[in-house]
Amino acid sequence: MLDFAITVAFGLVTMAVGMCCWRLLRGPSTPDRILALDTLYVNAIALLMLLGIHLGNALFFEAALLIALMGFIGTVALCKYLLRGDIIE
Amino acid sequence: MLEYFLSLLILTGAIFTFIGSLGLLRLKDFYMRLHGPTKATTLGVGSLLIASAVFFSSRDAGVSLHEVLITLFLFITAPVSAHLLAKAALHLNLHSHAKIPVNSAHPVEDKDSEIDGARLAAPTKENNSSDISPPHKSV
Repeated sequence: MLDFAITVAFGLVTMAVGMCCWRLLRGPSTPDRILALDTLYVNAIALLMLLGIHLGNALFFEAALLIALMGFIGTVALCKYLLRGDIIE
Repeated sequence: MLEYFLSLLILTGAIFTFIGSLGLLRLKDFYMRLHGPTKATTLGVGSLLIASAVFFSSRDAGVSLHEVLITLFLFITAPVSAHLLAKAALHLNLHSHAKIPVNSAHPVEDKDSEIDGARLAAPTKENNSSDISPPHKSV
């Protein structure tokens, strides 16, 4: 049961990643692309969690935590660049 | 029993993540698209993280608390990044499909609001012809 659920979840999250990539490539405006990147890192955390449960390895959390930190900093830096034209004033 | 609970949590999380990204793909303008990832995807990943915490707590000795850290961090940072993205979109004057709300306190029959309407309508006509125009003109 758990293996079936994890397989289905892998499929769904992979489709979500594909849709984010589509919005990242097509996005009519720059904030759309930043939003797609933001969603991509959240989806990457979801994929890492699923992989951790599937392989029974708790080491993936450190990677997920790093991705969460760096993704947030990246989003804030890109938004700041759009808002102010500069990141660190 | 625990396996079914875990499967339910994992499927719920995956479906919410999928719906959030579907909203990002399908909705019409940026302000609508902002809703999907910030709410649905955060809830989906939160559900997956709870599933992971329960799984590793039941397998190993002791409680696994790494996931709580990630959940907390995601739940704090998602609104902040959404706020910054909305501010950036407003700064760039992105097009919105939303209708301008009707002012119910001052309906259109009122004389003052008719003048207001004329005053508000005039600059938009000028904006169509030329980009640089004063935003408000006194009547």
